[in-house]
Amino acid sequence: MSSAKRTLADLKVFGKGYVRNGAALFFGIIFPVILIALFGAIFAGSGSGQVTVYVQNKDAGIQFPVQMNVGNEFVQAINGTLPNGTRVSGTWPLDVPTLVDPTANFTKYLADHSASDGIIIPADFSANFLSGKQENVTVFGNPTSSTNGIIIGTVEGVATSFNLNYFQQKYNDTTPAIISISTATVNTQQTKYIDFLIPGLIGFAILVSPMFAMVNITSEYKKIKLFKQLSLTPLHKMEWLASKVIWYIILSIISLILLVAVGIFAFGAHITLTPWLIPFLILGPMMFSSLGMLVGTIAKSVESASVLGNIITFPMMFLSGTFFPLSTMPQYLQNFAHVLPLFYIVEGLNNVMVYGNISAGLIDIGVTAIITAVFFVAAAKLFKWRED
Amino acid sequence: MSENYISRVVNSNEETKHENVAWKESLNSQRGLTVIPIEVSNLKKYYGDIKAVDGISFTVNEGEVFGLLGPNGAGKTTTIEILEGLRERDSGDAKVLGFDPWKNGYDLHKRIGVIPQQFSFFDKTTPREAIIYYADLFGVKVDPDEILREVLLEDSAKNRFENLSGGQKQKMGLALSLVSQPELLFLDEPTTGLDPTARRAIWDVIQKLKAKGRTIILTTHYLDEAQHLSDRVAIVNQGHIVAMGTSDEIIEQFGSGERLEIHGDEKLAQYIRSNTDLVVDYDQNTRFVSVPLIKKIDALAALAAAEQSGVEWGEIRTRRDSLEDVFIKLVRGAVDESGNVTTGEKTQTQDNKSSNGRKK
Repeated sequence: MSSAKRTLADLKVFGKGYVRNGAALFFGIIFPVILIALFGAIFAGSGSGQVTVYVQNKDAGIQFPVQMNVGNEFVQAINGTLPNGTRVSGTWPLDVPTLVDPTANFTKYLADHSASDGIIIPADFSANFLSGKQENVTVFGNPTSSTNGIIIGTVEGVATSFNLNYFQQKYNDTTPAIISISTATVNTQQTKYIDFLIPGLIGFAILVSPMFAMVNITSEYKKIKLFKQLSLTPLHKMEWLASKVIWYIILSIISLILLVAVGIFAFGAHITLTPWLIPFLILGPMMFSSLGMLVGTIAKSVESASVLGNIITFPMMFLSGTFFPLSTMPQYLQNFAHVLPLFYIVEGLNNVMVYGNISAGLIDIGVTAIITAVFFVAAAKLFKWRED
Repeated sequence: MSENYISRVVNSNEETKHENVAWKESLNSQRGLTVIPIEVSNLKKYYGDIKAVDGISFTVNEGEVFGLLGPNGAGKTTTIEILEGLRERDSGDAKVLGFDPWKNGYDLHKRIGVIPQQFSFFDKTTPREAIIYYADLFGVKVDPDEILREVLLEDSAKNRFENLSGGQKQKMGLALSLVSQPELLFLDEPTTGLDPTARRAIWDVIQKLKAKGRTIILTTHYLDEAQHLSDRVAIVNQGHIVAMGTSDEIIEQFGSGERLEIHGDEKLAQYIRSNTDLVVDYDQNTRFVSVPLIKKIDALAALAAAEQSGVEWGEIRTRRDSLEDVFIKLVRGAVDESGNVTTGEKTQTQDNKSSNGRKK
């Protein structure tokens, strides 16, 4: 078919030009990979969820009847270290670095280390604990910080367990604790930030490459009369558009492969590659190629096209759940996200890649298909090869 | 037409003349009969109140190079774009290779070659790649190097468009317009903005094409270009054709004929005017008194009057209008380098064509 031949010829020339264009290649392919490496690395640190807490153990211990320092044991417990020296399996909320010198000014020490979280165990901690006298462990912290609550909760838990232990020994009671906790994990609860980031950045790549390029190309070609030039060949405008869409589908697939590879191998992401991704990889580039072409067609000049393109692209880039899960945003922004076309692509990618929720993904595919059809038809109608 | 790069023609080593004949024959046999390449009558295109094209009629014959000459805004490009099928006409008739260019644009485009004004292409594409691209689009097999040779662009075959000079870009445009083996070429201001060397190079290419018998319509605001390349010229101004024919015909029709020019001041002009029955013009800029010579003997009367005037006068000469003089007369002003009319001293206007003759 000659139409397919012409589309292919145009795709060849356009693709070659794209590959020779360093800036396009950078923003289309490399930039999303840099973003995933960057965001992945930033959030991988706090991903363990451990809160660093400085501890000053002033406890002098007792020498008789046996040498003993209950304060040290308390610190071990706070640090999640078992009596045999190993740490509690799974994620323990607190991490205690080297103990602070008992003679140091603790608040000054915290300030010097730009920290607000700390614990002081008093000097006669062992003596008082063993004789059943009330004793106070002081927890320093900033009440507005989320880490403060984690520390207080953990220290309270440890203190309770010490108290229980004291009474069990005192009354020679061997009854085990009545209520104990066992942990279990639910699949969806396992998702980490990196798992959201992969579909988010695939959405980002699907949006950014075709959108910026098509806004620019359409307005620029109109200005330099390149469309007129092309209209003098047998190339049909729909063939021209088709070759662009095909190119951006290829780019999206490359982005997907790179992002998934970096996500899995560098950050241990848990995502599923399923055929349900395919509709998004086809509809997405088609949607934003059309939208970009629409903007470039409507705008009177290259400059106004670029401004209009940015006005449409930037809110979508940040508020569609690309970089951060939408659930972390205020309700009104979450509502606003529903008018952004990219939202349905990112949500859909999350549904099929992260949650395995295909039925919800199907709704996203449906919405995406409708929006794509609207943009495509509008672009094809308004875009003209020649003037009248 | 260089046949040997087109697959459907066989004899490649024949001389140009023979090729030319073979090409015409093949064209004629394709069409069945000879069609006049371009026929335009009473063509009109208005943009609001602006009458871009206001009743233009002309015919371009086969194998002819036809020049549309005029200042910017005269309506040249609008006319040519209507004929290329890029714009819709408001009224009038236009037939290009027998097609209605707007309604049958798609079919027409397979048979014409076009370089638009200020040819542009994809920045990162080389001339060679562009030719292959066009060949794919048109569904023809070509030898890209042959075409590059034809437009003298072999040396830049692998340079990206963004790195080509203005002249090379225009040559690339020419090359692309040749890919489809067109019967008719449209060249819209092919040398505008180029330096003299690059212009000459483009002229060479166009003349080679002309020698091979291509029908070409070109627009330009350069007089020398129109005169140098065209068989016939139409001078276009404000949407009208104000003169048409070969350069000689136009000069004959609109030029003042031979005239005597005497260097002197305005008093001299006034003296001659009031003491003879001759028509006398005076050009403030050149300080020449100009007297049209209906008969050679008129020169004697003018000189006698000058001598009698007692006013000082200098150089005398006789000259004829050039195409440039006629052009300036017809468009009421000179045209500068970029094609804009400079409204200078209007010594002569279209109305005093009567200055050809004597005072009434």
